[in-house]
Amino acid sequence: MNPVRKKRLMIVLAILAGTGIAVALALTALQQNINLFYTPTQIAAGEAPQDARIRAGGLVKEGSVKRSTDSLLVDFVVTDGAAEVTIRFQGILPDLFREGQGIVALGKLDGEGVLLADEVLAKHDENYMPPEVTQALEQSGMMKHYEDGKQGSKQ
Amino acid sequence: MNWTWFHKWGSPKWFYEMSGRWLPWLGVAAILLLAVGLAWGLAFAPPEKYQLDSYRIIYIHVPAAFLAQSCYLLMAIAGVVSLVWKMKLADVALQQAAPIGAWLCFVSLVSGAIWGKPTWGTYWIWDARLTSMLILLFLYFGVIALGNAISNRDSAAKACAVLALVGAVNIPIIKYSVEFWNTLHQPATFTVTGKASMSADMWLPLLISVLGFYCFFATVLLMRMRLEVLRRESRASWVKAEVARLSGGNR
Repeated sequence: MNPVRKKRLMIVLAILAGTGIAVALALTALQQNINLFYTPTQIAAGEAPQDARIRAGGLVKEGSVKRSTDSLLVDFVVTDGAAEVTIRFQGILPDLFREGQGIVALGKLDGEGVLLADEVLAKHDENYMPPEVTQALEQSGMMKHYEDGKQGSKQ
Repeated sequence: MNWTWFHKWGSPKWFYEMSGRWLPWLGVAAILLLAVGLAWGLAFAPPEKYQLDSYRIIYIHVPAAFLAQSCYLLMAIAGVVSLVWKMKLADVALQQAAPIGAWLCFVSLVSGAIWGKPTWGTYWIWDARLTSMLILLFLYFGVIALGNAISNRDSAAKACAVLALVGAVNIPIIKYSVEFWNTLHQPATFTVTGKASMSADMWLPLLISVLGFYCFFATVLLMRMRLEVLRRESRASWVKAEVARLSGGNR
């Protein structure tokens, strides 16, 4: 390779390294800013703001889903093992929504501690919950319960 | 180190002759693989346990997303070659790959949105994977716009190469976004190494479909590049002879 090309290659690599480092730094800074959801425990403890849109995540409690007969209104309880929060949602739930499924709901808390959700999202993969939900479940010891339940249902 | 194989690419004539020989094979491979992969995946593969038939869009979504990223990587490599070695063909490849990549990126975003509504419950969420993929689409638009906006061919080549190179930083971000951050998008099912988290009768058609998309991409890229080479070298005698040969039947 002749010296001119070598020099140009070095400049190109320097551009690539420079932008790479800049972007990596920016993303590391953003990492601190990730909008973590509130667990039912945190909501029960009053840590979640009352008038802001928040995300709540957890497992849909078995046997807690109550559907209205004449509308799309549905009430269900999301639990992390330690505490529970009731979520009220009007709309079409994702196909993957079912009891025991990890979900994330976006909405506002009303005065009675019910989350009026305008969006309920389910994770894609059956065995995979949103990482945030998994983390919170591990902290509250619910994960083991969930895993046990899964193994139980396979047998 | 022997650079002969590399320097050959500096000759548009050599490229035109070689690509003419590869093109039929690639075209046939693309048609066969796409037909088999898509028919198998869309009609014969078993439905998924929970998503039932809606998961079948994976046979479009995943190959398109793969190609959108591979295409950008190819453009970045072409950008380096064009900046360092000033090879004209690299610039041709870069400019001609951009629209194909943009379409594939668009297809993966749209198919993902259609898939997201029934499974997640939303067409769009600003999670790391989806957002970085959208940025990739805008990078493609940027390269296309830059290439068309600058009339001086050398300046356009340089500007596009730098943008392709800088934008390549986005590719590892897309790839690892599902691992670095909490996203709604699930992590990769389809990895080269490690065990597949899919049964073989779902996984094989996906592999065939991905290979088919790669062959399709290569075919379309070579066709576009050949046309662009003829256009740029229109004053060369071999191009005049070739054009006369191609249009001979119509006279």
